[in-house]
Amino acid sequence: MISATNLTKKYKDFAAVDGISFEIAPGESFGFLGPNGAGKSTTMRMIGAVSTRTSGDLSVIGLDPNEYGPEIRSQLGVVPQEDNLDSELRVRDNLIVYGRYFGLPHSYLGPKADELLAFAQLTEKAKSRIDDLSGGMKRRLTIARALINNPRIMMLDEPTTGLDPQARHILWDRLFRLKEQGTTLVLTTHYMDEAEQLCDRLVVIDKGAIMAEGSPSALIRQYSTREVLELRFGSNRNADVATQLEGLAERIEVLPDRILAYSDNGDAAMQRVIELGLNPLTSLVRRSSLEDVFLRLTGRSLIE
Amino acid sequence: MTSTIDAPPTPHVNRPFLLPSLYAGNARSVMERGILSTAKTNWLIVVSGFFEPVFYLLAMGIGLGSYIGAIQVPGGHTVPYAAYIAPALLAVAAMNGAVFDSTWNVFFKMNFGKLYDGMLATPLGPFDVALGEILLALARGFVYACGFMIVMQVLGLNLSWTAILALPSVLLIAFAFASFGMGITSYMKTFQHMDWINFIMLPMFLLSATFYPLTVYPEWMQVAIQAMPLWHGVELVRGFTTGLVTSAMLWHVLYFVVMILVGMTLTTRRLKSLFLD
Repeated sequence: MISATNLTKKYKDFAAVDGISFEIAPGESFGFLGPNGAGKSTTMRMIGAVSTRTSGDLSVIGLDPNEYGPEIRSQLGVVPQEDNLDSELRVRDNLIVYGRYFGLPHSYLGPKADELLAFAQLTEKAKSRIDDLSGGMKRRLTIARALINNPRIMMLDEPTTGLDPQARHILWDRLFRLKEQGTTLVLTTHYMDEAEQLCDRLVVIDKGAIMAEGSPSALIRQYSTREVLELRFGSNRNADVATQLEGLAERIEVLPDRILAYSDNGDAAMQRVIELGLNPLTSLVRRSSLEDVFLRLTGRSLIE
Repeated sequence: MTSTIDAPPTPHVNRPFLLPSLYAGNARSVMERGILSTAKTNWLIVVSGFFEPVFYLLAMGIGLGSYIGAIQVPGGHTVPYAAYIAPALLAVAAMNGAVFDSTWNVFFKMNFGKLYDGMLATPLGPFDVALGEILLALARGFVYACGFMIVMQVLGLNLSWTAILALPSVLLIAFAFASFGMGITSYMKTFQHMDWINFIMLPMFLLSATFYPLTVYPEWMQVAIQAMPLWHGVELVRGFTTGLVTSAMLWHVLYFVVMILVGMTLTTRRLKSLFLD
């Protein structure tokens, strides 16, 4: 569906995307996970044929985006990071007019818009102004809008950033349904829970380069332990205690506010911490997440 | 979605001969959008744009004109004052309508509405967007022109059957101003920048042989004004409504054709570099 080889985008001397390669299969749900400024959005813009690459090869539905922008975009559904709904038009008109940009006939767009409003749970808002919608509603409308042309590929740039937890879960549910119907999803996120929920496979991207690739569970297996013991000793003591913890876990990460001890058996590690007579203020055993993978790969947190 | 709708028509793009990666041949959808949003939000501005030149015509042409009488034009003919300034006001109306739509409207869409980001994520290319917006500005200019022509006819200010040719002339003028205006607007980032447009428009309106012949000026100033587009518009329209048609008017047409070509090239390039980097 999408294939990139040594894909590079330079702005003057700065390489926003620095020679990345990946393949995305039809029906797959593929994620770019990385912090802000990692090059995720730039990559999405190149796939979406709204940014020309500096070098390397890129093929989207078998076409070169530099040459066949309109043809490629006609098969994509794009959900940008910032909502860009048409605030001079009402909710339903937003869908119809957007469909017209694809050259679709009114006879098709009328029923399709109603169907998508139902899908986005916005049927009652059909005649509302855009400015009267909540953040979550705007996002859902943007997703509905992106579906107006029955896209073969859905491109979602940070789909749930800035939404409250409830709105995020509604959105994930809608996206999961699309995935079940076989739509190829390509999304960027800096939330590991989102990546774990939605992505079959993902690449961890940092400073324009790919650090690792695989399914969320495979990445966790490869780059982290099964469990993590999180310990807080207070910001003054964390660094001192860390040296005493050496050897009781496979790996220790000291963060400003807490210590992470990576171990396949978190409870056993906790037992030994207590036996050593170290009294943490708080302790928590949890499963490893993509956040831990990212920390391992880059030495930095995902959200800074 | 469990769809009850028949298999959807696949969006397809007719790859045009010209500018294939910048144009999807669907400027019409951009116009449709503009008409829909104008109908729902901006109709008052549209209506007021019609009355402005009518008020000028009544105040200056009929009012002031009753003191001035007739005015002598090059070639030795005399024309009643109202009939002299009416075609100029028509050209100005075409300019104003086109410039408002292609500058202020476009400025807001570019910098606040993020409208073009959304449009360019669809098959539409920058040329579709530019052409659609400009044709819309043109359509509006044309509606104003038709209204004003009716007023002129009623007041007996169309002195010849050739006046009907003023309508296509107005389209040409509006097209030229709109294509150029949109290109220039793409450079503007703040409201202060937008004021520059007024700074150019007002003197052009007052000085371009709108209210009196160019011969009152010294030579250098005549040349300067003849370099500006509105003067060509005023002379072209005036030639047709007064019936004093000369072959020299072809130069005015040529001026606007060149302005359109330059304006469209500039606008498409700017949109490409702004939104398809």
